[in-house]
Amino acid sequence: MPTAETPRYAGPNWARTQDDYHLISGAGERAQAAGLVNANWYKCPVPRPRMKQLMVREDARAIRDTVLWYALIIAAGAALVATWGTAWAWLAFFVYATLYTGPADSRWHEAGHGTAFKTRWMNEVLYQAACFQVLRRPSVWKWSHARHHTDTLVTGRDPEVAVPLPTDFVGLLLNLFSIKSGPRELWRVLRNACGILGEEEKTFVPEMEWPKMVKEARAWVAIYAVLIASAIYFASWLPLVLFGLLPVMGGTWLYTFFGLTQHAGLPENVLDHRKNCRTVYMNPVFRFLYWNMNYHVEHHMFPMVPFHALPQLHETIKDDCPPPYQSTVEAYREIIPALFKQAKDPHYYVVRPLPAAPLSAP
Amino acid sequence: MTTWTEVCALEDIDDEDVIRFDHEGHSYAVYRYEDKVYATDGLCTHEKVHLCDGLVMEHVIECPKHNGRFDIRDGRALGAPVCVNLKTYPAKVEGGTVFIQA
Repeated sequence: MPTAETPRYAGPNWARTQDDYHLISGAGERAQAAGLVNANWYKCPVPRPRMKQLMVREDARAIRDTVLWYALIIAAGAALVATWGTAWAWLAFFVYATLYTGPADSRWHEAGHGTAFKTRWMNEVLYQAACFQVLRRPSVWKWSHARHHTDTLVTGRDPEVAVPLPTDFVGLLLNLFSIKSGPRELWRVLRNACGILGEEEKTFVPEMEWPKMVKEARAWVAIYAVLIASAIYFASWLPLVLFGLLPVMGGTWLYTFFGLTQHAGLPENVLDHRKNCRTVYMNPVFRFLYWNMNYHVEHHMFPMVPFHALPQLHETIKDDCPPPYQSTVEAYREIIPALFKQAKDPHYYVVRPLPAAPLSAP
Repeated sequence: MTTWTEVCALEDIDDEDVIRFDHEGHSYAVYRYEDKVYATDGLCTHEKVHLCDGLVMEHVIECPKHNGRFDIRDGRALGAPVCVNLKTYPAKVEGGTVFIQA
């Protein structure tokens, strides 16, 4: 099975630059030739009756968590409004933005998979709201995530590689506050609203979805126009601080903190999620904010399993997986040195220990 | 002349579930819901993933990889990321055995 280690893929003269990650004229053709595109990935054996139990959807937990999340956002927003004009507003803004955007990433993710709720319209409402709060165009990112699941960390195929190699620390730091990515995404919204679609996006968004991209972008432009008009009318930054790009910039750090644990430092171009994903044990507060996405091996291997069943899925397959990280601290003790090594040697990656022998299939 | 191919005993398919059936080099998905059976091509039209690992919810099969959804009665693609309908095949139960026109 082709891996990052095989000379057939890597080759002795592969200099490995960030250009390899372009979906057009990047390393995608090399990946295709090496059999890595839309390939068969390793799956831990799970008996079908057990898998059916794990895939069962429900509304209750997502309703509870969504009500709680928005209650926290509203409370933090009230504190921000109350302290507006004082020095305390900066702290209040940080807390508000963290709650507004931080958990929106995991809600975007779960609702995008259709597994947050059993009731479809509830998934769709949460998806659209979370997209706005995390600043991701709904259709583009639905399809980019589908591609991410098909070709996870395949260089030149996966549009969602969090840390393209060699590591660009300046870029990482800027993206911690969406300083580059936020305005770039808004620029793309404007272009989509004018009917101009990105060439790379067209490679993973089917043509029949392109009109939807334009419609969504126009809706977002209208929302931003209302926010800007409100700010001008009330002669206050408050509408723009409560909604839109500014709270996204203030809150991105939280989902980046969680999200880097998913794949950073692990090998690209392998066909086994146990090698290129991390499962990290987290405390209940983190797991509420991150909606159990810390069970990332499990999620990639079986994306049909809803967030609330991922701990049980973990228990079912853990004997056939590398040992989970006991905490985010343990994960970052591996990630940070790996990123520094990858800045100098982009062929470096962390090797996760796999069980000695595969479990027998059911 | 229509040819009915035997698939399995009806009890081999749980209610609101799906199994994989391979016949003469072709893979099918055979479904059971409320004691009626249905059959479609076995691979999702999006990225050719086996639907037998997916989730059946009433008359809808959801692909396990990207949540593409199809109506198992007529193969209609029900929304992104699937755009192309599934081919369907007649299916029946006779004497407790499932048959499809493969």
